[in-house]
Amino acid sequence: MALLQITSPHLRGTNRTASVMQWVLLATLPGFVALIWFFGWGVLINVAWAVLLAIGAEATVLRLRKRPVMFYLSDYSALVTAVLLGLALPPFTPWWVTAVGVLFAIVISKQLYGGLGSNPFNPAMVGYALLLVSFPVEMTTHWATPSTLAVQPDFLQTLTYIFTGGGVNIDGVTMATPLDTYKHQVDILTREELTQLPVFGQHVALGWEWVNLGFLAGGLALLWRKIITWHIPVSMLLSLTACSLIIGWDPDQYTPVSIHLLSGATMLGAFFIATDPVTAATSRLGKLYYGAGIGILVYIIRTWGGYPDAVAFAVLLMNFAAPFLDHYTKPRTYGHRKAHRGIKKAD
Amino acid sequence: MAKSYLEITQDGLWKNNPALVQLLGLCPLLAVTGTVVNALGLGMATMLVLTGSNIAVSLIRNFVPESVRLPAFVMIIASFVTCAELLMQAYTYELYEILGIFIPLIVTNCAILGRADAFASKNPILPSALDGFMMGLGFTLVLILLGGIRELIGQGTLFTGMDLLFGETAKNWQLNVIQDYPNFLFAVLPPGAFVGMGFIIALKNIIDNRMKRSAEMKKDKVAAGSKRVRVTGSIS
Repeated sequence: MALLQITSPHLRGTNRTASVMQWVLLATLPGFVALIWFFGWGVLINVAWAVLLAIGAEATVLRLRKRPVMFYLSDYSALVTAVLLGLALPPFTPWWVTAVGVLFAIVISKQLYGGLGSNPFNPAMVGYALLLVSFPVEMTTHWATPSTLAVQPDFLQTLTYIFTGGGVNIDGVTMATPLDTYKHQVDILTREELTQLPVFGQHVALGWEWVNLGFLAGGLALLWRKIITWHIPVSMLLSLTACSLIIGWDPDQYTPVSIHLLSGATMLGAFFIATDPVTAATSRLGKLYYGAGIGILVYIIRTWGGYPDAVAFAVLLMNFAAPFLDHYTKPRTYGHRKAHRGIKKAD
Repeated sequence: MAKSYLEITQDGLWKNNPALVQLLGLCPLLAVTGTVVNALGLGMATMLVLTGSNIAVSLIRNFVPESVRLPAFVMIIASFVTCAELLMQAYTYELYEILGIFIPLIVTNCAILGRADAFASKNPILPSALDGFMMGLGFTLVLILLGGIRELIGQGTLFTGMDLLFGETAKNWQLNVIQDYPNFLFAVLPPGAFVGMGFIIALKNIIDNRMKRSAEMKKDKVAAGSKRVRVTGSIS
């Protein structure tokens, strides 16, 4: 019988990187299914293609960096990056756009900075922002029409379109997103006329509301499993709500709060992207500031910016601020009366 | 202290390259290297100013008091930049329009002031002239390399619009490397320049490390192998 000498504590935490990442993947499922249901097979193809590329790229770079390949691949972090990026992409994204985004995310914004844990910026959002800046046409005008409004192309047709660019008349099955539509039509139409538009559907935003509720459900599961804490999502959603109630109280001028919360990438951002443990602030107070900052930036960029959604830019901007926030929100250490915050002045 | 001409050349082109090692003059480096022709135009202007200012600073080095040397250097550099600007305006007007504010901004290129203060103010005319020329050439080569990479990745072409610099004969120099290339805006915009620059510096460091390692290996081999006393060449 082997006598193992183990020092205390003898209870092991179950939240290891791989299991955390597996839970994150599992929690995306409700939103994922809703996306496929409303926006077609393109979502599934995008995610699968992104995952394939991410694993290939991660393995290649790890080999070049002379690191153990299987050890790092089995922490599932590349998979999570790929899935989050794939979920954020429009359903009819050409294969090479996805490839550029995934390779940039994994190779440059993650591995070149030293791999998981050393990257200052959320890799999936770096990839997304790169694509949004580089290929604005492919990234903003090609959102699929919800399946209740138009007949979606079947799996093979979508696959053909993504990899060859043919087979589907893209203009027939794509339209602007609700966020984009409201922002651009609000100058011309009144609130009542706007809500009659088919893109807003019966409730808030056709299809999008269910996608966002799906991600909300997944996020609550993550909260329940204690994978994430409540601070970032709550403060982000609260600040977004507050901004759209205070500044945008008049739905004849600004996008109303319901569309802000239940359309676009709001819930995906709040629960899955902003809570990335590597790039977010870590102290509790810091997390509250961090989430609030994202919410405010999302509102500002959505309302006055040129891009239809803003989660990627808001998260990246707050990633810049995360070390600074942590520096100024250090908690009190046990045994000290006061917390040591900020930079010590040299006397 | 005095360097040989070979050392000056090596320093400017590789060992102490203003763009890759000193990281000076990054503003024009990152801003105008969208295409090869922009890079070449600005590089040549910088080279001209750097050589001229090094010669002039070296000429007056014994007559300007230490305390006012920097204003004097800046005056000299500004005069040469004005010359370069007027020359470009006269002979390559379209390129002058494209480069715009970055030509007068050569004054603030710290590589130029750096060389004036670090080298030309302490050395005679000939080495100073060579130093200015080689530093300018090293800077220009990096500009062209970065411009080429960004043009290729950003637009899928090489040598677009070389006629702006070389006249009508250069009109058909454009190489369409990739047909029907969708423009990759990231490489055209400044962030692409930062990433490209990072990769070029990394490449230089890799080459340096390789050379160092192979030089060490050679040294070891000589010590272990031959037992004869070397009578030719220099022993380092």
